[in-house]
Amino acid sequence: MPETDIIEVKNLVKKFGNFTAVDNISFSVKEGEVFAFLGPNGAGKTTTIKMLTTLLHPTSGDIKINNYSPITQKNDARHSFGIVFQDPSLDDELTAYENMDFHGTFYGVKKDIRRKRIDELLRFVELFDRKDDQVKTFSGGMKRRLEIARGLLHHPKILFLDEPTLGLDPQTRNHMWEYVLKLAKEEKMTIFFTTHYLEEAEKFADIITIIDHGKIAKIGSSQELKKMTKSKSLEEAFLKITGREIREEKASANDMLRRRFTGGRR
Amino acid sequence: MSSVVYVMWLRQLKRYWRSKARMIGTLGQPILFLVALGYGLGAVFQQAGQGSYIQFLAPGIIAMSVLFTAMFNGIEIIWDRQFGFLKETLVAPVPRIKIMIGRTLGGATVAFLQGIFIAIISLFLGFHITNFMNIPLTLVFMFMTAFLFTAIGIAIASLLKDMNAFPLIINFVIMPLFFLSGALFPVNDAPKLLQTIIKINPLSYGVDGIRGSLLTSTFGLHVDFIVLGIWIIVASMIGSYFFSRIEI
Repeated sequence: MPETDIIEVKNLVKKFGNFTAVDNISFSVKEGEVFAFLGPNGAGKTTTIKMLTTLLHPTSGDIKINNYSPITQKNDARHSFGIVFQDPSLDDELTAYENMDFHGTFYGVKKDIRRKRIDELLRFVELFDRKDDQVKTFSGGMKRRLEIARGLLHHPKILFLDEPTLGLDPQTRNHMWEYVLKLAKEEKMTIFFTTHYLEEAEKFADIITIIDHGKIAKIGSSQELKKMTKSKSLEEAFLKITGREIREEKASANDMLRRRFTGGRR
Repeated sequence: MSSVVYVMWLRQLKRYWRSKARMIGTLGQPILFLVALGYGLGAVFQQAGQGSYIQFLAPGIIAMSVLFTAMFNGIEIIWDRQFGFLKETLVAPVPRIKIMIGRTLGGATVAFLQGIFIAIISLFLGFHITNFMNIPLTLVFMFMTAFLFTAIGIAIASLLKDMNAFPLIINFVIMPLFFLSGALFPVNDAPKLLQTIIKINPLSYGVDGIRGSLLTSTFGLHVDFIVLGIWIIVASMIGSYFFSRIEI
């Protein structure tokens, strides 16, 4: 397999006022790789993903996604990836099928191909029976599965998963990973994911990058990281690299609002 | 590519159609205004020599329901932002202007339909249309009003991060727009300062267009059309500028 870089990040910086969320990071991801991006809360993971996926404008630095710049070639870059966000991003009032169909339209997937793929994907994530139900009747796990199916609909070259298994039970988690990895292999898709479940990174990732205080702390395979820190598990290695203190993370406006409107369910 | 516009439009309609509670709920206030003010002040209005108040009021209340529905629909973008769907549209490989146009057309259509419902209801409450030939013109003014205020709603919502400012928008934007528009009283008899404010308020031209095409106009229908048109162009430009700068 030719070793081409599908994601290239050079000297990337993002500042919010005086606060530097991402502090001069560089790394690359090879095509077909499963890449884990780990770090404590507030380390800069989500900010980095937002910059990679065109949602945030970097303060400085270079990014290439599938050879396109997410800053100057937004639409080409956007065609290249699918994303499952940390928070849900479905329209609750629409049905599962409609959410998929809208996504297909946004990405210019032709109608006949769209229909076929939606059916396939919904069967695969076991939501086909519920395809005409409004998403608001779905459980958290079902929504996640639907979002994953949706992220795959346009056959992206890269799939970003920002804490995709947060709040899912072990059954759903395993099922999701099985599915995503199978697809990655079949389609030669690159997976870029963040998680707090370190055993997921240990089991599935080819390369693990640990980020802390906006800087890259270590890059390597799970084996290498364990060796470097003389640890038995990745979790131990992670704690040795990032320390044990608990991080403060500012509540986003979203968290505040959810607390008000949903009585703190999330 | 215009399929993106269509899909965004369709989404608004589906959401509207599916939340029957909201649909009925938003009809409540205009009906209350029609009944309480229309019948309550009717006698006073008549004694002052202004004719039938319900006749005068109904077009104003139609404009009001268009205003409220349009603004709420535009501001709903904050909701999309909070509950995630906006992100899905913002990472999609489509120009934001198309998302914005589709969203505005969708919101405007919903507000327009809401206005039609109120128009039909007002017919049962004693409103008479004398100028049937002008109904298409009335519909044009209703849609223009709907479009303008959806665009303004989106422009405002693009600047806000959460719903905390929502009561502020109701009290300091929507309510003044409505009360200072000539929807409830004849403009010509108002004090000078009030008249000036009314003439700045774009809703006044929507109200006058709707009322004027069915009954008699104060500003002249062509003035209403031109002023609304200019406001629409300006609001859409400002709205799409703010919308294009949203970061999540």
